[in-house]
Amino acid sequence: MGRVLGIAIWVITILSVLMFVTKHWWFPESISEHGPAVDHQFMITIIVVGVSFAAAQIGLGWVVWKYRDSASAQRATYSHGNNRLEVIWTIVTAVVFISLAVMGQRVWASLHLHAAPPGSYQIEVVAQQFAWTFRYPGKDGVFGRTDPSLINDEGQNFVGLDETAPNAKDDIQVSTLVIPANQPVELILRSKDVTHSFFVPQLRFKQDLVPGMKIPVHFTATKVGKYELACAELCGMNHYKMKAYMLVLPKDEFMELTNLPPAQFLTKKDELLNKYQLPQY
Amino acid sequence: MAEATHDEVHRHPAPKGFIRKYIFSLDHKVIGIQYILLALSAVLVGMIMSVLMRVNLSWPGSEWSILGTLFPTGAPGGVMSDSFYLSLVTMHGTLMVFFVLTTAPQGGFGNYFLPIQIGAEDMAFPVLNMLSFWVTFVGFIVLLTAILAEGNLTVGAWFSKLGASFAGGTGTVGPIGGWTGYPPLSALGPIAGPGQGAGVNLWIISIAIFCVGSLLGALNFITTLLNMRTRGMSLMRMPLTCWAWFTTAILALLSFPVLLGGGILLLLDRIAGTSFFIPGGLFVSGSLVPQHNGGSPLLWQHLFWFFGHPEVYIAILPGMGATSHILSTFARKPIFGYRAMVFAIFAIGMLGFFVWGHHMFISGMSPYSAVAFSILTLSIGVPSAIKTFNWLGTLWGAKIRFTTPMLFAIGFVSLFVAGGITGLVLGQTSLDFFFHDTYFVTAHFHLVMGVASIFGMFAATYFWFPKMFGRMMNETLGKLHFWITFLGVYAIFIPFHAMGMLGMPRRYANFGEYAFLKNAHSLVLFVTVAAIITVGIQIVFYFNFFWSMFKGKKATDNPWEATTLEWTTATPPPHDNFAGVMPTVHRGPYEFAVPGAPRDFVMQTEPEGVEVAAGLGERSGNGGNGHKH
Repeated sequence: MGRVLGIAIWVITILSVLMFVTKHWWFPESISEHGPAVDHQFMITIIVVGVSFAAAQIGLGWVVWKYRDSASAQRATYSHGNNRLEVIWTIVTAVVFISLAVMGQRVWASLHLHAAPPGSYQIEVVAQQFAWTFRYPGKDGVFGRTDPSLINDEGQNFVGLDETAPNAKDDIQVSTLVIPANQPVELILRSKDVTHSFFVPQLRFKQDLVPGMKIPVHFTATKVGKYELACAELCGMNHYKMKAYMLVLPKDEFMELTNLPPAQFLTKKDELLNKYQLPQY
Repeated sequence: MAEATHDEVHRHPAPKGFIRKYIFSLDHKVIGIQYILLALSAVLVGMIMSVLMRVNLSWPGSEWSILGTLFPTGAPGGVMSDSFYLSLVTMHGTLMVFFVLTTAPQGGFGNYFLPIQIGAEDMAFPVLNMLSFWVTFVGFIVLLTAILAEGNLTVGAWFSKLGASFAGGTGTVGPIGGWTGYPPLSALGPIAGPGQGAGVNLWIISIAIFCVGSLLGALNFITTLLNMRTRGMSLMRMPLTCWAWFTTAILALLSFPVLLGGGILLLLDRIAGTSFFIPGGLFVSGSLVPQHNGGSPLLWQHLFWFFGHPEVYIAILPGMGATSHILSTFARKPIFGYRAMVFAIFAIGMLGFFVWGHHMFISGMSPYSAVAFSILTLSIGVPSAIKTFNWLGTLWGAKIRFTTPMLFAIGFVSLFVAGGITGLVLGQTSLDFFFHDTYFVTAHFHLVMGVASIFGMFAATYFWFPKMFGRMMNETLGKLHFWITFLGVYAIFIPFHAMGMLGMPRRYANFGEYAFLKNAHSLVLFVTVAAIITVGIQIVFYFNFFWSMFKGKKATDNPWEATTLEWTTATPPPHDNFAGVMPTVHRGPYEFAVPGAPRDFVMQTEPEGVEVAAGLGERSGNGGNGHKH
């Protein structure tokens, strides 16, 4: 039984490690400035994880193989432990784990402990049960006033824009997130009803949208294309259908689009959605 | 305690009536078995739900006529609706976390064996003990009604008589907020969509009742362990199981009140119009919500996870205790580093109170506190690693007997490593950007808090069954159960990591909407097949359990040649555990392979002088003979 169990543990270990090593199921392509750093930190971590996992399992497999009961009358080794070993493995794991923890804050700090860089393009993201609305400030670059009592989903006023306010006239509400490539964007995240979460796998970015809060986040996309945006926080019956597209446009194409008046913006956006294709998976 | 200090025989006979003996029993052993039976019922329902979920993910639109009969609104024509899927997600999580992983390890085996292992006649407060079980049982019934109140028209009609808050049978199912029940979704009531009505109220009430039951239990465990140890049973001579149950009880005592408070506030938000968790200015399902203002959704998350993270350790620490105990017994070797194991259990328990924020990195919480939580989280890996090293140390140089309990204990070590180690990934803020709420998380916690804990309980069941029922469980069936389950759980949960790598979000009723999940379909199907087989083989366990109770081979008092006090008494133990003669303890709990001793194990009750080589037990300072003051 000991041999069989030892082999079973080794086989499980090898298959599990292979699943990661072959990278058959792996991250989608990274398309943000901070993405490669996330992927790099993951590689370092998964190597530490993989080595520790394999060492522990191979060790476990080995002891159950080696120390299975045999017919001999000899007893097991009488030992209550070894304090030197305890100290060594405590210190080694503490150093490795805490170093990983400290390294694991770098990307986080670069995005969350710093304000958006100057020149970031601001877009408001408003989530509601099973739909996303993205608001652009329009040509004047200033968002108009909103008020929840003005929300009118049938009238396409999802964010409650006060159309009489001075800066509101050119504000655009659209169901696709369009951002420029290679320019920082700042998203102002909020929710009208329950908690949702903004997740674009290729961006390596996720953030909850919490009712009652305005959460500013920033990142820079680096690759032009069309991507899927998913809701990652359970928000009700149609949670899994709460999907939108994110278009990353070349800077000039983006500028041209955002300078259009609302109606033309929407027509042009539809054209662009057809022009760009989702990545090949 | 008088019995412990005098050798006079002072018996406490068992009550005669069936009701006082088996139903409203004050005997910790009967209560322990009641908890185990409760867990066996809850886990059966929870497993069936997981299979239904897997089937729906792999073959959406499958027809199950029984579902259509039970839940005519949630599964019209027997086809599961999306909201029904989410109510399964919620119920599966709640049942498993509360009524399986918190009941069997602590209320079940802890209740039965903690008093015997420390040489006590019963728990300190037998009435409280009885109440803690029956309160928990009521919680279980209330939870089951939560899904039926809205999904089943008949049950719904009964509940409707209780007033508007419980009006069921509304054409929906529920509750559908996940086991974490984040507000405002869980706080707003029916306007937030199907499954947010009576079912959620009952779900909250069920958890609140459960909190009360666990609190009563925790008080009892702590008092019993501190006050009722028999002569010679110093703290450092206790079996590691007792340390694990003790630490678990402290965690429960400090964490359940917080959840209870949170649950009451959430219920008030729903039925009394308060706004603890609901901010102002909400616009839900086409209309404003003017009656609420000033609440904070994040407050709930803090309260919930302040409980929720220690809860993970409440689930797994007893499994660690049982595993340490069983590994040493069948390795025929003292536990390696007893003292380090005790410190590690305590360190895990206490650190567990300072890491709850890692569930909330991306919640909108301050990103600075996320950094602190992240570093504390990875520190908890250190005592976890210490435990793993000591388990391997215990097996090193052993003479392993591969009984079924030993196989499950070894399986525990393997699964604990596999599940725990990905905490190094998920605990890092920068990596959580991608992995938060993906299947990578689902893989992590199912392996470590779900399956590893359950393996600890399987090991405990096969190990202590002979003492509890006086008969052995069938070894052949036990081994069959082990092999399929061990391979099966890996086949289910390792592929979850791959789904997580693709970015697959949890709690999706269907993955077909997203192109980036296209490559996951083969994995999803593979996991479903593995899950059906693994759940199916549990029939063998249930059969073995109940069949052996009546037909199993008769057990001797110490069939495993183990050393601790439960193996010194009759089988099953008498009502007062030691027939009025309280044992005296002379040594530590894991004295196997002692050189010079006549047998390869020395019972804790055997007087000193058995070993020829005097003083061997003290050499390492690792608890061989406990404290010698």
